Amino acid sequence: MTVLSKNPIHSVIYLIGCFFAIAGHYLILNAHFLAVVHIMVYAGAIMVLFLFTLMLMNLNEETEKHKPALARIGAVIAAGVLGMVLIAVFVKADAMPVQATQNLTIGTVQNLGKVLLDEYFFPFEFASILFLSAMVGAVLLAKKDKTPVL
Amino acid sequence: MATLLSIFSVVPIQHYIFISAVLFSVGVLGVLLRRNAIIIFMSIELMLNSVNLLLVAFSSYHNDASGQVFVFFIMAVAAAEVAVGLAILVTIYRNVHTVDIDELKNLKW
Repeated sequence: MTVLSKNPIHSVIYLIGCFFAIAGHYLILNAHFLAVVHIMVYAGAIMVLFLFTLMLMNLNEETEKHKPALARIGAVIAAGVLGMVLIAVFVKADAMPVQATQNLTIGTVQNLGKVLLDEYFFPFEFASILFLSAMVGAVLLAKKDKTPVL
Repeated sequence: MATLLSIFSVVPIQHYIFISAVLFSVGVLGVLLRRNAIIIFMSIELMLNSVNLLLVAFSSYHNDASGQVFVFFIMAVAAAEVAVGLAILVTIYRNVHTVDIDELKNLKW
């Protein structure tokens, strides 16, 4: 429905529903920290960003033309074939890990924090540097250039 | 709560693989089918989320927390990507007043 609805605002709303469903899957898989982070980052931040951009562009009337019919049929066939190939590969693949005895504490904040700041400390810091550069870049790109930037 | 989770946790991992494959295919379909660049961005988010779901599933079934750390980093990169991409789209819209990807062919020869 995210893909197929004509109005982009409806598309965003359906995508929020999809993200909440994925967060529910994280909860089922005992990844509590990731479920909370997922809801905050995606449903909270990214979707607000999408909605804000859509309303800024005033695209909420259904003015979008469709692609030509040949391209649409080709797109549907290509995506369907991709999905079928992926599923067929995974049906054939055996030796999947059987369910281990499930450790209920693996996705908690305490355990993930230990792993994140012990083993993955430098990638964590690099992620913060990436955020800083992305923030500067986004502000610089979206700024109206009345005064020359450089 | 614990009994509820133990009921749910007998789901075999193949089901998570299938739902991730379907979600990824829907994302690919969105990229191929639509002309609005913002919806193409949303489809890319859908694909990233399917991969995240699969990583969390495998991490949970293997009792290994590294997968969930990777998912955390993927979320960070996705957030940065969306911020920069939407800034680029706002700039494009300000210049040419459309985000239709079939109209944006100035870079074509």
